[in-house]
Amino acid sequence: MTAGELHEVTPDVAGAVPAQPVLAYRVAGLTKAYRAKSGAVLASAGIDLEIRAGEVFGLLGPNGAGKTTLVRQLIGLLRPDAGRIELFGNDVVARPRVVPDHVAYLPQDDAALADLTPSSAIETTARLRGLSKAAARATRDELIEELALAPFARRPIGKLSGGQRRLASFGATLAGDRPVLVLDEPTTGLDPNARRAVWSALERRRLANGVTVVLVTHNVLEAETVLDRVAIIDHGRVIASDTPGRLKALVDRDVRLELAWRDEPPADDPLVASLRANAIERGRRWSVRLDADHARAALGQLTSGPLFEALDDFTLTTPSLEDVYLALGGASDDLERA
Amino acid sequence: MSGPRPSFAAAFEAVFTGQLARARAGAIPIFMAATVQSVGLIVLLKGLVDTSSDVTEQSVVAGSSVTVVSFVALNLLAQRFGALKASGALDYFGALPVSPAALVTATAAAWALFTVPGSILVAVGGAVFYGLPLGAVWVIVPVVVLAGIALAGLGALLGLAAPRQEIATVAGQLGMAAVMFLGLVPAHRLPEVVQGVRAVVPSTYAVDAFAAALKSSPRWSTVGADLGVCVGVCVLALAASAWAFRRAVTSR
Repeated sequence: MTAGELHEVTPDVAGAVPAQPVLAYRVAGLTKAYRAKSGAVLASAGIDLEIRAGEVFGLLGPNGAGKTTLVRQLIGLLRPDAGRIELFGNDVVARPRVVPDHVAYLPQDDAALADLTPSSAIETTARLRGLSKAAARATRDELIEELALAPFARRPIGKLSGGQRRLASFGATLAGDRPVLVLDEPTTGLDPNARRAVWSALERRRLANGVTVVLVTHNVLEAETVLDRVAIIDHGRVIASDTPGRLKALVDRDVRLELAWRDEPPADDPLVASLRANAIERGRRWSVRLDADHARAALGQLTSGPLFEALDDFTLTTPSLEDVYLALGGASDDLERA
Repeated sequence: MSGPRPSFAAAFEAVFTGQLARARAGAIPIFMAATVQSVGLIVLLKGLVDTSSDVTEQSVVAGSSVTVVSFVALNLLAQRFGALKASGALDYFGALPVSPAALVTATAAAWALFTVPGSILVAVGGAVFYGLPLGAVWVIVPVVVLAGIALAGLGALLGLAAPRQEIATVAGQLGMAAVMFLGLVPAHRLPEVVQGVRAVVPSTYAVDAFAAALKSSPRWSTVGADLGVCVGVCVLALAASAWAFRRAVTSR
């Protein structure tokens, strides 16, 4: 799916009735509150989403934004207080047991598989998704090969490194060929090679079978590179939903200036004060979003005047989805960039 | 657009086989802890109690044997489910097209199986140690299987229904202590109130069935009736734990 298709209607073969994209998920008015000491907290505050069949759809947001709560409702493990969830037209709220027929879910925690080896975890999961013994074994062998699990396929998952565990659980999620994959932070702890193996495996399934991927992430770079469309979640709300490119266009007049100070910069300097007012500070590293003209002017002053003595390093980058998140009112600073 | 679902039997087999991996991971410590405790009880009680009474000797051997079952099936499984629930790991099972009944039945059956070696060792060893007749000692096999499934069902229920992991652990241990106490002490020596409690504790009928089998001429109708109650308890415990599973997964 491309950005251009987002709001288009394509004529069907007969040319008369506009064909709508097939939706994997349609979510409307989803609301879920939790009781906390401070009173009721809305983990989902009226969420509307449409996820098309065959796309890689991301849920991006900081920790605690309500992504996992939303996902658990999508897979029928959590009943919303209000709202509708349709999965290929099936009412998930009324009939949650229909979900496992269509959806494979990778939860954040893999303790349920810790005693199994990757090999038996994949085979068992395939059996539990209804495959025959022979088919489950064939699936196991294919996935071990595809994800390069062989070096540790016969050791208990609980004794593997974090990345190996994650990859093994991902393998178990792929077993049984469900048309929708819901993955909660699938690449946490993975090295670059394993990440590539994950993305290639997903892409192959998308091309061959039109598999839909719903991906939870708090990694901005991942969101920008692999997602067709993304919903940015904050405080249980969808604050934006579109292609990464279109979302970034919302802030394309801005740039991000990253500064690393050698010493504490002079607080009474007006430029330092104005930069500091807009900066996310991590020790002596400042990250400031500002429009391109201001950035150019600020850099000119920083590099030519006395402030240069205090400056260790600087970079200027084009805006990211994090800037979109911040521009739309997001306040958390724990979105990952690497 | 949808994938297949496994039959009850296929799901049972897959979960059962998967759970056996747990035994491979911790077989020796589980066996040792469960068995040594009951061997200790048998030896200790020989020195402490009035063993001139057949009833007492049978109670000690039968109670100790079922205590092995409760250590593993009730106590350890309650802890296991409590931990899985606390970490959110139950979502893995909750998102599979498997009925909770198949899941808890297979888990209970696997954990019942873990208790078999220790229970048989304690049962046969205890009967020899106290000089009890061995002709019907085989009754320990149905007793272990039925008590194992029933107590594993209750262990799963405790672990799944407990609001916090620590409470699941304490509940499992208290449950095991109750099974041990009510199993070891002969019914007629208990105060009336406690006898009432004994009558509703599911392990009682397993203990009574095995104790009756250790008599010189067992009354088979008593053994059969007690085992029949065990079957009923199994069904109830599994139904309750299946309900608790669905609730634990969806109420987080």
